[in-house]
Amino acid sequence: MQIVVDNLVKTFRVAERDPGMLGSVRGLMRRRQRDVKALAGVSFSVRAGELVGYIGPNGAGKSTTIKILAGILVPDGGRVEVEGRAPWKQRIAHVSRIGVVFGQRTQLWWDLPVVESLEMLRHIYRVPLDQFRAARDELVALLELGGILDTPVRQLSLGQRMRADLAASLVHAPSILFLDEPTIGLDAVSKLAVRAFVQRLNRERGVTVILTTHDMDDIETLCQRVIVISEGAILSDGSLADLRNRVTRERWLTVDVDDGSAEAITDSHATVIRRDGNRVCLAFDPQVVSPAELIRRVASAHSIKDLFVENPPIETVIARLYGSVS
Amino acid sequence: MSGYQAIVAARFRALLQYRAAALGGLFTQVFFGLVRIMILVAFYAASSRSTPMSLPEVIGYIWLGQATLLLIPWRNDGDIAEQIRTGNVVYELTRPLDLYGTWLARAIAWRTAPVLLRMLPMFVVAMLIIPPLLPGWGLARPPSAAAFAMWVACFAGAVLLSAALTTLMNVTLMWTIAGDGASMLIGSLASMFGGLVIPLPLFPQWAKPFLYALPFAGLLDLPSRVFTGNIPAQQALWVVAHQLVWTAALIALGRWLLSRGLRRLAVQGG
Repeated sequence: MQIVVDNLVKTFRVAERDPGMLGSVRGLMRRRQRDVKALAGVSFSVRAGELVGYIGPNGAGKSTTIKILAGILVPDGGRVEVEGRAPWKQRIAHVSRIGVVFGQRTQLWWDLPVVESLEMLRHIYRVPLDQFRAARDELVALLELGGILDTPVRQLSLGQRMRADLAASLVHAPSILFLDEPTIGLDAVSKLAVRAFVQRLNRERGVTVILTTHDMDDIETLCQRVIVISEGAILSDGSLADLRNRVTRERWLTVDVDDGSAEAITDSHATVIRRDGNRVCLAFDPQVVSPAELIRRVASAHSIKDLFVENPPIETVIARLYGSVS
Repeated sequence: MSGYQAIVAARFRALLQYRAAALGGLFTQVFFGLVRIMILVAFYAASSRSTPMSLPEVIGYIWLGQATLLLIPWRNDGDIAEQIRTGNVVYELTRPLDLYGTWLARAIAWRTAPVLLRMLPMFVVAMLIIPPLLPGWGLARPPSAAAFAMWVACFAGAVLLSAALTTLMNVTLMWTIAGDGASMLIGSLASMFGGLVIPLPLFPQWAKPFLYALPFAGLLDLPSRVFTGNIPAQQALWVVAHQLVWTAALIALGRWLLSRGLRRLAVQGG
């Protein structure tokens, strides 16, 4: 196993004060502090070459986990080993071998052109010149950075910046890449570019990727495995299909009619989740009523123009999973 | 080139771009230099007692003080202040560098590029342009090549000392989230006790042992006096030793405070 996380615990201390003037004054004398458990015993392990999605609602502990794995934060309890290293104990050795991208911020130098930022990273990571040139040229080609190499980082669009940040995280050829919300705020084209690149990196170079995101399309297109965390504990860990099956067996039948009878479509074994003009969407459990049976029953009563059966969108599945705990 | 050297080089080049600010600063500093010289010339003319510095030495001292004004750590590094305020400072830890070393490297660049940009034209003004216009009011050459060489060493020492003070000021921001109180205190102490207001040799006798023991004397006062010959070149090694001992102590203090600050940050959340 390349990454082992065992019973990881992290508590933050948050200062609190009572509301109002009196509360502020009292706060001067005695500060009340409340402990917030960000991670309450998280365990998982990752093999080399996996591409894992790490998802959960805001405040679930995703970023805290990534920060501990990246050597930034020190946990209060539990064990972490990344290629045999304890990240926070051997921080410098550790971060030399990993790549980290935080979507909310850049690790490039704001006032330097992209190419000079990469050059700085060459010195910081002590990458030999020929190796650096090869890596840089490849990254520039794959991420289409040619046109923006000489642009100062502060003048880049968010999509350009994210591509430059991905390149920056990889100049030292790390074996593991941590991506914390890499597609946040990006337009559709940039998202596709980032996803295609991450996929390629994982498949062709075997780089292990751990990705946090709120964008379920990222998960659906990229991740073979999804770990779901909520309130500091792991809810589910497995493939996307496993996750779906665990949360709900539900499937959706969408029916289009053209005679205005959509209002009348119902079934005793299905629930109507949406009516929209001549379209009706029914949710059903295939173990209670088979799709063929349901379609036969609806078709016998109504004149159907078109129909299709689908899984509930992954957003809905995940939202239910989050909802079932809180 | 190590990572730290790359940071110094990049910051240095970035700071060299502020040439307009340097030119503006040059005019202001020449003006205030002349005002301060005027005051001290009047003061010396009115005094009949023997003084610890000759008038040419005082004039040289003032020009050198104006030229290397930015060695005084007035304020902390705005970028680092912002990083600490937002909590983004933890992300710096994803680089295979020591955080204190990174900050010190930035401070060294900050205490050299802007200083050199102002100092070199200032030397031209004070040594070549002022003397023909106002005889006796210019910056005299150092008394010997040895004095000049020792001044160069003291200047380098002053840069390190100033960078260590700046980094300490940056570190204090981890405790005073909104305020730069500690920084402003250090800044005022440094300008008063560094010799920027009144040359330290002109302070009362009883105050001098304290003033010379403090680190601030090594910023402007001691190096300027080596340049003018007020401190003989043979004794200048003591100045460098004073600077290096204080630099080492401030670095040790800064490192210790930073490691405590980072631990605190990890407890408060990020």
